[in-house]
Amino acid sequence: MAALLADNLPVPPPNEALLALGIEGSANKVGVGLIRYVPATGAYDILANPRETYVTPPGTGFRPRETAQHHQRHVVPLVQKCLREAGVDASEIGCVCYTRGPGMGGPLRSCAVAARVLARLWRVPLVPVNHCVAHIEMGRVATDVSDPVVLYVSGGNTQVLAFSGRRYCIFGETIDIAVGNCLDRFARVLGLSNDPSPGYNIEKCARDGKKFAPLPYVVKGMDVSFSGLLTFISQNAPKLLAGGYTPSDLCYSLQETIFAMLVEVTERAMAHCGRKDVLLVGGVGCNRRLQAMMAAMARGRGGACCDMDHRYCVDNGAMIAQAGIFAFQHGSRAAWASCDCTQRFRTDEVEAVWRRPTET
Amino acid sequence: MSALAEAEEDADTPARDHWSLLSQGAEARVYGLDLCGLPAVAKHRHRKAYRIAALDGRLRRDRTLAEARALARCRARGVPAPAVLGVDAARCVLYLERVPGPTARAFVDANRADPARLGAVLAALGGAVARLHAAGLVHGDLTTSNAVCRAADDVVLIDFGLAGASAQVEDRAVDLYVLERALASTHRDADGLVAAVLAAYAAAAADAKQVLRRLDAVRARGRKRECFG
Ligand SMILES: Nc1ncnc2c1ncn2[C@@H]1O[C@H](COP(=O)(O)OP(=O)(O)OP(=O)(O)O)[C@@H](O)[C@H]1O
Ligand SMILES: [Mg+2]
Repeated sequence: MAALLADNLPVPPPNEALLALGIEGSANKVGVGLIRYVPATGAYDILANPRETYVTPPGTGFRPRETAQHHQRHVVPLVQKCLREAGVDASEIGCVCYTRGPGMGGPLRSCAVAARVLARLWRVPLVPVNHCVAHIEMGRVATDVSDPVVLYVSGGNTQVLAFSGRRYCIFGETIDIAVGNCLDRFARVLGLSNDPSPGYNIEKCARDGKKFAPLPYVVKGMDVSFSGLLTFISQNAPKLLAGGYTPSDLCYSLQETIFAMLVEVTERAMAHCGRKDVLLVGGVGCNRRLQAMMAAMARGRGGACCDMDHRYCVDNGAMIAQAGIFAFQHGSRAAWASCDCTQRFRTDEVEAVWRRPTET
Repeated sequence: MSALAEAEEDADTPARDHWSLLSQGAEARVYGLDLCGLPAVAKHRHRKAYRIAALDGRLRRDRTLAEARALARCRARGVPAPAVLGVDAARCVLYLERVPGPTARAFVDANRADPARLGAVLAALGGAVARLHAAGLVHGDLTTSNAVCRAADDVVLIDFGLAGASAQVEDRAVDLYVLERALASTHRDADGLVAAVLAAYAAAAADAKQVLRRLDAVRARGRKRECFG
């Protein structure tokens, strides 16, 4: 794994070995990961990163209550599995990091409670982490691209971000629903399976698509909008399917349209802030077609698109530990009482104290 | 030229003798040229290799035509914008009057220490947007890069590819919201800049009260938007 990133500040003294446990559960996945910092090399190694996904039957989405129960069932066995896989004793752990938000209330709370209990039990500090920042930091470490424009695309988020000043600023975002949400809901319209994820099945289905159906394409500045498109394709699906389009054609048309919108706003952000590299994170970032389109765009600008290993693109515990260990090493300490969780938590609320501030 | 930039050239790419590249933006290359003695620019929306041809062709043509239409309306209604000198819809090239001067982005950054000039340019920008809205148009991509300063008090709007005809309060508020966020992400201490632009807009736009009230709602929506990951 990569050494300390160029745009990070040096780890302040005592700069010693540190093990951080991270717990994630803001949506339908619950994960526990362990990261070890090695002072001699400056490396952050993932020792273990097990995860469980709550999969619902075709045509349905995951609801907060059932998702929370799923996480409650799995979080303790996952912690045990994580320690076992890593071959680590609980006494070696230096801090417990957990997702403070954004996410679904019940699932977030379930994992936050688990994190509190562990921190008390092991008598170590608790580190609240922003889920979106965690995706970014995991991506930076995994790809060793220190200062990219980030496209964060998942079931609940669609944001174009770049570090500016002391924070990750949101340059563009969806003005209504998230891209993953749009894909998931269309998968339900077609009755595609939710296993392993609706987006994956749309991608598979789209590979056989040939006939392109023109769909609404909405870009405003660096923002995108998907709700009109989703309504249009959902309402017109029966007519299109009767009129010579296959389900594959519709998946293909949907993907081509929404991914073109995402790549376009990412390119606008890159031109705007003069950066050449892109990092693709979040569950939708696993999509090969989106990766290929983004890579083609970045290459045209003399840069590269670094896709994350798909094991880290999807929500997981190690990414929470990664962002948490950065904050912790750079002196961020949360009072016990402030270690709550919240459904709304904007990326730009977090001061990224581990990064060298820039001039805006 | 990189292999990919090459791939973005096609049979439709215009001949470019005596053209000099002024800017390589996100969606177009802008060239300086001389058109029968007039200083002009050619804005070429080149192919984007990342998207499928059917979509790429449609977007480039639609935007070229939308930009030409919006610019023509601006000229007719006294909105400061470059004159259209020619449209090559097949090649997605627009020939425009060349506006001399720096972008508002460069102008603002160069004049941070000069409150009078800074105030003048922000007021001119707010006034230009008010006139644009009064002409029944929204811009769709208001930024300080999409405005050229002929002088401190003479700001010309450019880049109308995402523009459209609308007199809706909502669309106008979203236009201002895009501008406000662009200011915040481009310039440091942007609050004062935003306030100055909005004050000029309020003074010049007929239904400014309604639009600014809606802007508050759009902002609140933006802050609430974040849901789950
Ligand atoms: N009529 C004009 N007169 C003078 N300069 C111009 C004119 N039109 C464009 N430019 C210059 O070219 C730059 C890019 O133009 P424009 O914004 O229209 O293209 P673009 O590719 O859409 O840009 P971006 O995608 O980066 O917003 C402008 O910032 C400006 O510097
Ligand atoms: Mg522009």
